[in-house]
Amino acid sequence: MVPATYYIALSVLLFVIGAIGFLIRRNLIVMFMSIELMLNAANLAFVAFARHQLSMDGQVIVFFVMTVAAAEVAVGLAILIALFRHRETLNADEVRMLRW
Amino acid sequence: MLIEIVIILVKILAVLGMVMPLAGALGWIERKGSALIHDRIGANRASIYGFAGAGLVNTLVADPLKFATKEDVIPRGADRLLHTIAPCINLFPVLVAFAVLPFGDVLLVGDREINLQIAPLGIGVMYVLAMMSLGVYGVVLGGWASNNRWSLLGGIRGSAQMISYELPMGLAIIAMILTYGTLDLQEMARAQGELIWGWLPAWGIFYQPVAFLILLVAGIAESKRIPFDLPESESELISGYFTEYSGIKHLMFFMTDFVEVIIVSGLVSTLFFGGWQVPYLYSSGFEFPWGASIALPNIAIVLLQIVSFTLKIVFFCWFQIMIRWTIPRFRYDQLMHLGWLGLLPIGFVNIVATAVAILATQSA
Amino acid sequence: MTLLTFLPLSALIVIFALGVILNRHPIRSALCLAVTLFLLAVMFVFLDAHLVAALQIIVYAGAILVLFLFVIMLLNLEADIPQRRRRNLTIAATAAGLVFAGVALRPFLGSDAGLPGVGMSGPVPDTFGTAAAIGQRLFTHFVLPFEVTSVLLLVAVLGAVVLAKKKIG
Repeated sequence: MVPATYYIALSVLLFVIGAIGFLIRRNLIVMFMSIELMLNAANLAFVAFARHQLSMDGQVIVFFVMTVAAAEVAVGLAILIALFRHRETLNADEVRMLRW
Repeated sequence: MLIEIVIILVKILAVLGMVMPLAGALGWIERKGSALIHDRIGANRASIYGFAGAGLVNTLVADPLKFATKEDVIPRGADRLLHTIAPCINLFPVLVAFAVLPFGDVLLVGDREINLQIAPLGIGVMYVLAMMSLGVYGVVLGGWASNNRWSLLGGIRGSAQMISYELPMGLAIIAMILTYGTLDLQEMARAQGELIWGWLPAWGIFYQPVAFLILLVAGIAESKRIPFDLPESESELISGYFTEYSGIKHLMFFMTDFVEVIIVSGLVSTLFFGGWQVPYLYSSGFEFPWGASIALPNIAIVLLQIVSFTLKIVFFCWFQIMIRWTIPRFRYDQLMHLGWLGLLPIGFVNIVATAVAILATQSA
Repeated sequence: MTLLTFLPLSALIVIFALGVILNRHPIRSALCLAVTLFLLAVMFVFLDAHLVAALQIIVYAGAILVLFLFVIMLLNLEADIPQRRRRNLTIAATAAGLVFAGVALRPFLGSDAGLPGVGMSGPVPDTFGTAAAIGQRLFTHFVLPFEVTSVLLLVAVLGAVVLAKKKIG
């Protein structure tokens, strides 16, 4: 059997990949996908812990994470579309009206 | 252990051996059916000794050969990798969705009970939904990787349409899950073996006619056939997302269309028309409501069940072909209106009504 | 699940996750993410979370990512142009990520001995991971978060419509 720590290691690795992607990419859509990657890393940890403890709670939490992710994507992509309509760009460096 | 694997392999081969020829034959049935519905002579060029019915053989053998020997063109500027894997991504999920459709009850060989279902998954119907939702990738990829405006438009239309109609489809399936109280398709099929009022088979259609209509319409929309064929509407987009496909890849898109027709038929017959159930046929033989009974051996019963399931599937394939050649194509806004303002609210009301009805019958 | 299946599967997951952040074209990133999510669903099946695996494919791969693809195609985005001046940031981000990974993994290094729970090798009850078991938990212990989720979804629907709608009049 694979020990639970292996799953946690994979989860951490996925989370770090997502975080690095969020930092190094300037395309808002790809940054968004990196966030999804991080959420999924957390999901993997939840499911692995649920199996380790034989408790359903971890899987139920994953259910909530998915709902929140769906809501977040709906609003986030709507913002991106609105942004693209106004600015013709999805580069995070070029959207600086609110920055000083 | 080895015998288990052999049994599963035989089941897989049996299902694929039914689905693939049927998908090929549907190509011929569609041409012939369109001629019948248009009241014209049609599909009689391919014949053997003047007998046009034998053209079916030509369709099954000559058509694939022709496709396979054609040149495979990849347009300049296309994404070669994605252009190649798009047809595979389109076909694969639909084919594996058949794994949970039960095509018979239990076959007894010696003292071994064989469940006539490739994969008895606890999440059964959710698995079908998951695989059908993956089918959209082939459309999107094919449309994008072709480097062609028509293809891109077809891909965009396809993705929007398939997401929109997945919702009513899911709602119809939720209503059926509420009705049967299980997710397993084999359990659902078994539950439909009972009788209402002592004579009417307890098929899903008698409990959930609204869900049946929603599932059928959403299913046809998911398989992107007329009247919902806007992703490939040939008068506007040439061939939509598979405009730039030729040879064997085109054949794969073509096959996917018919395999989707079969999976929708299979899902509809399993959920609403008893699946493999034959009315009044039980595990020991026929027991008619007027008292007569005929005892049958297990193998005969299983054969009857398989034939019954096949006939139901063929009927619904024919039904979808009839719809295709009868109803004209929707406009895009009509399509979206039907999905979001028609099927979706009806589906929600249906679920609430079902839940209330179940509560009322359970507490009574 | 044995190491023989776990290691190739996790290697594939990591490769495709790297593909998400390293591909220059957003469509390719989205496809890599789709494969990652699909493989994670496979891993969920091995972890006896069948319903969660199905939901992962239906919700994530079948709906959320298709929305991503739809938006990318709708806006007709092109591949990003690599920018030279960002190299320092890349190095810094990677270093920070590795440090974080080290810190996060530190308590887990070694065996499962320190983790509470019955462990991965014990027998799994038949009901574990089924829709019935999840539903039971969801509608009893988690009923308040569940109801709040419906409000969240409603707000998200309204927000998305208002934001994406073209101005009328």
